[in-house]
Amino acid sequence: MNPRRVAVTGVGVVTPLGSDTTLFFHRLLSGENAITRIDAFDTEAYSVKIAGEIKDFDIHPYVHPRDSQRMDRFCQFGLVASILCFEDASIQLDESEKERFGVILGSGIGGTDTFTKEVIVLHEKGPNRVSPVYIPKMISNIGAAQVAIRLGAKGITSNPVTACATGTNAIGEAFHRIKFGLEDFMLAGGAEAAINPISVAGFANMKALSRQNEHPEKASRPFDLNRDGFVIGEGSGVLFLEEWEHAVGRKAHIYAEVVGYGCSTDAYHITLPEPSGRYQALCMRKAIEEANISVQDITYINAHGTSTPANDATETKAINLLFGEHAKSIHIHSTKSMIGHLLGAAGGVEAVVTALTLESGKIHPTINLETPDPECNLNYTANQMVEAECRYGLSNSFGFGGHNYTILFKKVS
Amino acid sequence: MNTKEILEKAKPIIADKLGINEDEVLESKHFINDLGADSLALVDIIMSLEEVFGMEIPEEDSEKIQTVGQMVEYIANHVK
Repeated sequence: MNPRRVAVTGVGVVTPLGSDTTLFFHRLLSGENAITRIDAFDTEAYSVKIAGEIKDFDIHPYVHPRDSQRMDRFCQFGLVASILCFEDASIQLDESEKERFGVILGSGIGGTDTFTKEVIVLHEKGPNRVSPVYIPKMISNIGAAQVAIRLGAKGITSNPVTACATGTNAIGEAFHRIKFGLEDFMLAGGAEAAINPISVAGFANMKALSRQNEHPEKASRPFDLNRDGFVIGEGSGVLFLEEWEHAVGRKAHIYAEVVGYGCSTDAYHITLPEPSGRYQALCMRKAIEEANISVQDITYINAHGTSTPANDATETKAINLLFGEHAKSIHIHSTKSMIGHLLGAAGGVEAVVTALTLESGKIHPTINLETPDPECNLNYTANQMVEAECRYGLSNSFGFGGHNYTILFKKVS
Repeated sequence: MNTKEILEKAKPIIADKLGINEDEVLESKHFINDLGADSLALVDIIMSLEEVFGMEIPEEDSEKIQTVGQMVEYIANHVK
């Protein structure tokens, strides 16, 4: 079978800037900050007290209370984003089409909050009191399973776990499932809810998080000289992918085309990126090669841009390494500057942003970029959105463990 | 404790686990066929009731409990 083209025909998000995709995108364009003090638990004893929290999330319009109490927060986010995405695709699938409809929804962390609570039950009340729904609530593949149950997807369901690259990994694999004829429809992305005591303590103690507790709105500052770590966020972002001819045939709204997927591994360190950036560059190059275009064709990158000292400098090196002089003319931005780092969901949300950016020709700003860093010498769309027609855009995600993933989107002409 | 008192105490727990109103929790109701429970929910309900009533319901007994009435009666006969 010849490779097939893949269309993005649905988008869905649950983010600290809301769950209405259009409104979310407008809020990003206007540079709205979503980082605040943490409300979810008492942070008195914590060195980090800030996050990109979803404050007003209500699962009940979507799920019966009997079922929602069996879902960890990450799963609830993933399910709602997927329901919104599937509605956005406005597609009716018959039974045979559902057999070729898959779900790849990843979570980097899974149900850590559920895990923690049941460990406390185990210690305080003994093994016979641990909830019978503990396992199916906690396991990170259950997000994909719950979406499949809800939407009737009978093709592949899977849950890649590649830390902060999970969402991009999921979408890339889903893209290939359709491209190579294994499925016709895929719902793919990531979901994460790790703003809980054990996860914040863990990320804080590895010195990954910003400690700008007194100025949460200034804490996420990708590519700025005074960045001091990422800000943890939560939510979900998913795409509905569809075989191109089918999408055209039903006159679906096509947000963008997926044309490339690159993967590489640093094979270097458990948390630090390989400092030369050559394997991140390799990852982007593979995505570009798959699309059979030249590096000069890339004029827009939704960066991983975490606001950690190491990531932003290394990602910049990688872009310079791959694109040479052309790097300076690429529009780059970081969605994390406004909503924080959604970990396994980041790539999902940022894929939605990348598709909407290509479609609209409006590139949201990277906020808080006030003091240039000599190590970050590119055009990061500092503080003000710009309008630019870009034909191709990359979305980068790099995860702890040295997992590098890039998706390449093409504007619909 | 009589069966009426047990039912009143059990109602909010059963209703909460199944996401239904307390007034739907009647002795005649079958957990799975009438109230939308599955086997996991039934185990979850039994564990919560064990805790509230301070008792252990052995598996060979709990497997026989199918209705709200059977549950209430079992608790009435075994609670200390």
